Amino acid sequence: MKKDSWIASPFMLWVVIFTVVPLAMVCWYAFTDSTGAFTLSNIEMIGSYWGYLKDSLVMGAVATIFCLLLGYPVAYVMSRANWVEQQTLMMLLMLPQWMNFLLRTYAWMTILENNGLINTLLGKIGIGPFQMINTKGAIVLGMVYNFLPYMILPIYSVMEKIHGSLFEAANDLGANRFETLRRVVLPLSLPGVITGITMVFVPSVSTFVISQMLGGGRNPLIGDVIERLFVGAAPNYNVGAALSLVLMVLILISMAVMKKFDDGEETGGLMM
Amino acid sequence: MSENIISLKNISVSFDGEVILDKLNLDIKDGTFVTLLGPSGCGKTTTLRIIGGFQEPDSGDVFFGSERINDLPPHKRKLNTVFQRYALFPHLNVYENIAFGMRIQKKKESEIKAKVEEMLKLVSLEGFEKRRTSTLSGGQQQRVAIARALANDPRVLLLDEPLGALDLKLRQEMQVELKRIQSRLGITFIYVTHDQEEALSMSDTIVVMNHGVIQQIGSPIDIYNEPENGFVADFIGESNIVDGIMHADCDVEFCGARFECVDTGFAKDEEVDVVVRPEDIIVVPKEESALRGTVTSVTFKGVHYEMYVNVPGEEEEWIIQSTVAQEEGKEIGMTVIPENIHIMKKYTGDYASDIEFE
Repeated sequence: MKKDSWIASPFMLWVVIFTVVPLAMVCWYAFTDSTGAFTLSNIEMIGSYWGYLKDSLVMGAVATIFCLLLGYPVAYVMSRANWVEQQTLMMLLMLPQWMNFLLRTYAWMTILENNGLINTLLGKIGIGPFQMINTKGAIVLGMVYNFLPYMILPIYSVMEKIHGSLFEAANDLGANRFETLRRVVLPLSLPGVITGITMVFVPSVSTFVISQMLGGGRNPLIGDVIERLFVGAAPNYNVGAALSLVLMVLILISMAVMKKFDDGEETGGLMM
Repeated sequence: MSENIISLKNISVSFDGEVILDKLNLDIKDGTFVTLLGPSGCGKTTTLRIIGGFQEPDSGDVFFGSERINDLPPHKRKLNTVFQRYALFPHLNVYENIAFGMRIQKKKESEIKAKVEEMLKLVSLEGFEKRRTSTLSGGQQQRVAIARALANDPRVLLLDEPLGALDLKLRQEMQVELKRIQSRLGITFIYVTHDQEEALSMSDTIVVMNHGVIQQIGSPIDIYNEPENGFVADFIGESNIVDGIMHADCDVEFCGARFECVDTGFAKDEEVDVVVRPEDIIVVPKEESALRGTVTSVTFKGVHYEMYVNVPGEEEEWIIQSTVAQEEGKEIGMTVIPENIHIMKKYTGDYASDIEFE
């Protein structure tokens, strides 16, 4: 510890009160019953929620893949654009983020509803209506829409640091654009991709707002289940805590796997 | 040796209305070591980038042999570049950096391995295959960059101030080594630098540039001994440049003194520029020369003393390099043998804008 590390003490206090203590409480609830006695039955209950957990992981993964497919090219174009273009793209990317998360998601409800914007327009040309709201697709769309910037930004910031001379060197050595992308840009941007995947996957898997608003409660995710266990009609803090703990462990495992994947590349420490 | 491998015809480039290259013409012979020399902003790097294909000229043609290559992208040109800051791939080790070009050509692994080993031997980096480039010193990175470029068997190697970031001793070592590599491979090197000493010690041909115009093309000896104008004389080593009058062939007057020289073909009493190198001045007792002055400063430079001499009626002081120190404040005479007096046509305006070659 450095001599002046005390300046971080307000935050350390914050972390203890609002992270360490709650975490300890979660653990405590997860391993006790309503009388406060130690039990493993909460953990054993997890099996009956496996379907929700699987849905969450799959939909989070699908949303993450979409974000990657949409975001990677944008990050690449942005990193190679001139200053004005970069600032403009950044502005367009961040603008929706200035609006409240709930409002943004509400907006999608009015667009996707059965008598919403899209179906009304389609009706005018005699197609539809289609069921869009309250589907898994709508939930994934909400995830992609809300979390896409968190995929683009880390990839962009890593790519922006790739010096232009490396593109010229690759070109000089016989690589066309595709080869340059594959052999230089892709490996060098991997740390950004890993960060982006983590930053999209984690909130997607644990969301409950998006699934409630765009899924209409018909496709509950693990986040919804946990929420109901804490604030629903028949609360059960112990099982809710156990589910939270399992979700946390699953996320930690997936992040560790990603990190492993990243370290396997030679650039790892250099680019971060 | 006699074929031109690269020819630039009437190349012009400008950025934002500023002229970078002005109708440049340049022929580069196959198998030679050619240096583009000039101060920063003279257009030497732009010229190199045009040859490499990284920049398009506004007008003019680029030829590789007899083939016009204006529209050929860099990855299809049979030349390779050693970049200023090496531009090694940080995610690849030394072996993979050198193998990069061959991997794209989808060569066999055994072939790649043999070539990488050969290249590492050429640049004296045997055993460095597995090293990460970030663990190498500047000089070693430079060698990897050279090996990487040469591994593709280019017919022309472009080098953009490759030694700029190295310290003096390493730079001198690399100069010798680059020259050795060039003569061993027998391919053409086009080398860009602002360092006149580097240019003089390595090149077969030096192209001196200023303000986007070629000032002189010649061998290092020609460029040093027979500068075509004041800019070249001034840029290549230190020199005294004074006004003079050619009274007749081999008879020049400057600073109130008449000297015998070896230049002919000037009009009678034509005004000229006279160039005398500081090391060519012989200090004599003041009675023995009409060119006299007072020593104003003496600085020890290691190999020689550098002295400034105030010559009456001259705006600028003369500079002398000699192994014998004179006393400050002493009046001395100066003389020069005829071969060391260089006479150049007088240019009234800016050297750069007035001179046309070819």
